[in-house]
Amino acid sequence: MANFTPVSAAIGGTLIGLAATLLMLFTGRVAGISGILAGCLNFGAADRSWRVAFIVGLVLAPLVGGFVGYPIPSPQMPDSWSVIIVAGLLVGFGTRLGGGCTSGHGVCGVARLSIRSIAATAIFMATAVVVVALSHHLFAG
Amino acid sequence: MLIVATTACGFIFGWGLLISGMMQPAKVIGFLDVLGSWDPSLAVVMTAALVVSRTGFTLATWRKRPILASQSFWPTKTDIDRPLVIGATLFGVGWGLVGLCPGPALENLATFSPRVIAFVIAMALGMVLHDLWSNRSVTTPQREGTFAAAADG
Repeated sequence: MANFTPVSAAIGGTLIGLAATLLMLFTGRVAGISGILAGCLNFGAADRSWRVAFIVGLVLAPLVGGFVGYPIPSPQMPDSWSVIIVAGLLVGFGTRLGGGCTSGHGVCGVARLSIRSIAATAIFMATAVVVVALSHHLFAG
Repeated sequence: MLIVATTACGFIFGWGLLISGMMQPAKVIGFLDVLGSWDPSLAVVMTAALVVSRTGFTLATWRKRPILASQSFWPTKTDIDRPLVIGATLFGVGWGLVGLCPGPALENLATFSPRVIAFVIAMALGMVLHDLWSNRSVTTPQREGTFAAAADG
């Protein structure tokens, strides 16, 4: 547990909860990033503008952070491009089929005490834990 | 006004991911890696986010309608069906392989990392492929309505 950062995790989590609350309070929308992005990609949809605005705000955060001197981590990703592409396809397809991701199901859905979202969150967490156990320990090169 | 409010919400959400360290895929993997040097930070992030949004959503239901919109779009589905189980499993595999879920993936575009850009393009393609496949398998027009209501988040 050498890397455990409970204070910054609690502050960050509070801000995520606050953002989800404000989005619901002001616009009546669930802060589910996969749903918001999918709506952006649906070029026939009428309500694309708020979705694009949310993503712009999301990307602006580290840009502004970097500008004012907040350290922005360089993302550590797998070496293999094929793993990255396959993972991206699975995350995109899976979140659409399952109707949400870590934010829509994991935060907003669980906060609504939705059985569906609690089940989805338990399933994707457990699956990811198994995948990491297999790839980092059993089949670790 | 609506656009300003949603941009601000995305901005606050982004700072939440940034401060909590969840922008870094390696830190997310550290949480998922229960057999390694386990980092419980993600559980603290989720707990704090849940406490705040549970309270906030309860307050939001006291209002008849949102401040800047005519109605709220609360998800309506309640059943645990096959697409939910299969979709969550596929997402879990992808998440475990790289440590990126949609929010941090999009936010990491700000780093201009070629690997993140490739991941986001693949993720967007996965979403488009799902919607094409799902529209193809829908033959009755009455599915239109359930399609919109099917989104949980």
